[in-house]
Amino acid sequence: MATAAGAHGAHDHHDHKPGFVARWLFSTNHKDIGTLYIIFSLFAAIIGIGLSFLMRLELQQPGMQIFADGQMWNAYVSAHGLIMVFFVIMPALIGGFGNWFVPIMVGAPDMAFPRLNNISFWLLVPAFLLLGGSLFVGGGAGAGWTIYPPLSDAEYQSGPAMDMALFALHLAGASSILGAANFITTIFNMRAPGMTLHKMPLFVWAMLVTAFLLLLAVPVLGGAITMLITDRNFGTAFFDPAGGGDPVLFQHLFWFFGHPEVYIMILPAFGIVSHVISTFSKKPVFGYLGMAYAMVAIGVVGFVVWAHHMYTSGMDVDTRAYFMAATMVIAVPTGVKIFSWIATMWGGSMRFDTPMLFAIGFIFLFTVGGVTGVVLANAGITQILHNTYYVVAHFHYVLSLGAVFGIYCGIYYWIGKMSGRQYPEKLGKIHFWMTFVGVNLTFFPMHFLGNQGMPRRYPDYPDAMWGWNLIASLGSYIAIASFLFFFYVMWVTLRRGEQAAANPWGEGATTLEWQVSSPPPFHTFDELPRIR
Amino acid sequence: MRLLKGRLAAFIGGAAASLAGAGAAVAQQAGHTTIGAPVPWGMGLQASGGPIKDAISDFNALVFWIIVAITIFVGLLLAWCVYRYSEKRNPTPSQTSHNTPLEIAWTVIPVLILVVIAIPSFRLIYYQDRARDADLTISVTGHQWYWNYRFPDHGNFAFDSRPIFDEDLRPGQLRNLEVDEPLVIPAGRTVRILTNGVDVIHSFFVPSLGVQKYTIPGRALETWLRADRPGVYYGQCNQICGVNHWFMPIVVRAVPPEEFEQWVGQARTRFASSIPSASATENPVALAAPAGATTLNLASAQR
Repeated sequence: MATAAGAHGAHDHHDHKPGFVARWLFSTNHKDIGTLYIIFSLFAAIIGIGLSFLMRLELQQPGMQIFADGQMWNAYVSAHGLIMVFFVIMPALIGGFGNWFVPIMVGAPDMAFPRLNNISFWLLVPAFLLLGGSLFVGGGAGAGWTIYPPLSDAEYQSGPAMDMALFALHLAGASSILGAANFITTIFNMRAPGMTLHKMPLFVWAMLVTAFLLLLAVPVLGGAITMLITDRNFGTAFFDPAGGGDPVLFQHLFWFFGHPEVYIMILPAFGIVSHVISTFSKKPVFGYLGMAYAMVAIGVVGFVVWAHHMYTSGMDVDTRAYFMAATMVIAVPTGVKIFSWIATMWGGSMRFDTPMLFAIGFIFLFTVGGVTGVVLANAGITQILHNTYYVVAHFHYVLSLGAVFGIYCGIYYWIGKMSGRQYPEKLGKIHFWMTFVGVNLTFFPMHFLGNQGMPRRYPDYPDAMWGWNLIASLGSYIAIASFLFFFYVMWVTLRRGEQAAANPWGEGATTLEWQVSSPPPFHTFDELPRIR
Repeated sequence: MRLLKGRLAAFIGGAAASLAGAGAAVAQQAGHTTIGAPVPWGMGLQASGGPIKDAISDFNALVFWIIVAITIFVGLLLAWCVYRYSEKRNPTPSQTSHNTPLEIAWTVIPVLILVVIAIPSFRLIYYQDRARDADLTISVTGHQWYWNYRFPDHGNFAFDSRPIFDEDLRPGQLRNLEVDEPLVIPAGRTVRILTNGVDVIHSFFVPSLGVQKYTIPGRALETWLRADRPGVYYGQCNQICGVNHWFMPIVVRAVPPEEFEQWVGQARTRFASSIPSASATENPVALAAPAGATTLNLASAQR
């Protein structure tokens, strides 16, 4: 207590921060932890996108060019998927923006469990090292990000690489569960006086639903990969038919986690886009309650549709019919969101700053990814589209062009708030257009490849599929260049960016983070704000 | 580089043929066969070889136009907002944030659209599910990295179907798609397919026949197919299965029933060693060079 009193010595309003090690390694401040998450995510993105660059180089023309063999390819494909999901999108949206803005938006001084928050972040670092390291051990872990046994069993992925990847998932999963508990507690218990659930900003609603999905879904993955680890190392046979186990059981467990997982990645982006649309249209969000409960509905229904990833795994036709119907139901709340965003813009007075460009781009491209999802919901069509590039196109439209646009949108929207320096508008717009052109050129032709029957996870393909693959590769080079350009924009912002005002966006920006200075003081609120 | 030039020439040739008017139709006239294979710059589903794929194509077309309409609708709404409600044209924003009839409309109308999709969709999956009155059964087993086909109704012979390496391709053969022993089926006959797994999961996938099923160790799954038009239908393994996942193609050759009976007669002798024992997996005879009668007319299969 003596030292604490000493540190706070004069009791003045100065923003005293701890020293470097205490601040960044033992940090308990939600904003610092959020910053760590964002930096981590950008670093992981360099690796994850770097892998996709190698993959597109290989696929640029038929034949095997730069990959030694299919196992190396499979390992890279798997690592790309796992890194982008667990170490890029989730840390940026949930750990990064969630930590930064949930406490501020609900008027809380910090997260409920600051030290839990710290360990949530630091669990990710060894997880990422284990996963990245697995690429260099033996042949790597080449069973796809879905790690279906028997391919992921010791007999077919021998050596420690697969175990490393599984432990990486365990650590990342533990990190997510702790983070989720923290968010739920913060949102339920630490709202400022007057901040009722129905007054919470939509980003907080999004994080609340996301946290529940994490809390309920990730333990199922934990169970599945624990059984896989014991199958691999301790002679059990949970998924081995020779010992009475069942490989399809793993698929059910994986997708019971895996389907909510895709909403875990997209819901925070929904929240960010809602704020940005409202801010730049200078209008309140249209149909606030509908928007909030649409996310709740997506979260709930998202738990009962998992087996639409398994239409060709031999489920009974009646079961497929159920999963088909349930899956199509999700289109309804998603449609509510899309139309409510448009209605928010309708009658507005719109400014087209970079965050708004990303938000409008998000709505359109998420619609494209959404409607192809409706196609894939139909088991009848998926009988010949399952596992083809049509699926790859679909989930990159909703994730690479959805969630990633959400991340960019959030960064441009909040960089002034987080760093105190505003990004250069012109460079931001160049970045948007480069990204928009690049990703569409990359992923749109994949629909055609899928229709033509090109299977996923192929390093080489029949010559007839060359044309669209070439276009996709060229597009990906533009997208990757835009990613590098983004780092330049960030560098310019942090070095030479203009001092950001407390609220650079004007009357449309109404949430609490715009009431505090940019950047907010180390301890955001000296006294709790009151919400009318 | 020489190899690459060859591929470039083949690709451009194929593209030209497909531009000249639907590659499959050209092939049909030339060799009286349908070719189920990807075509250069192809955008839609592959050519159709039978009723399941026909049904999928019809239903897919319905859904396709619905989703195109929805996407255009959303795109136009966005474009209108961007145009009409910019800061310049509309300096004072409205503060409307509720409109109950509108909110009900955009909940109910999508439901109705989904019902329009769902009804034919249910019909399709029940149609695809199992063969009614199958004329014959073929048991398909996925192996790392080749296929094994067994004909229990025709003396229970079996054979392996292995990919052909680039250097062994004959002129006109499709790289990464050819096998030494195609699966031969009678055209116009309903074929029940049973899939089995022995090592890892593979997926028996022939898009032009509208069929796909995993081959899972410990399970026997059922599906069916029928090729109404004689032809050659290509497919590839479609579930990641290890180092050569990309190199275990499937070739289904649909021939007139009389020719099929002939082929069965020869196959029973050629693959005689596979008949009595249960170990169909190790079958040296299957590795022998293809017999003359079953050699594909692959010059016509080229495009």
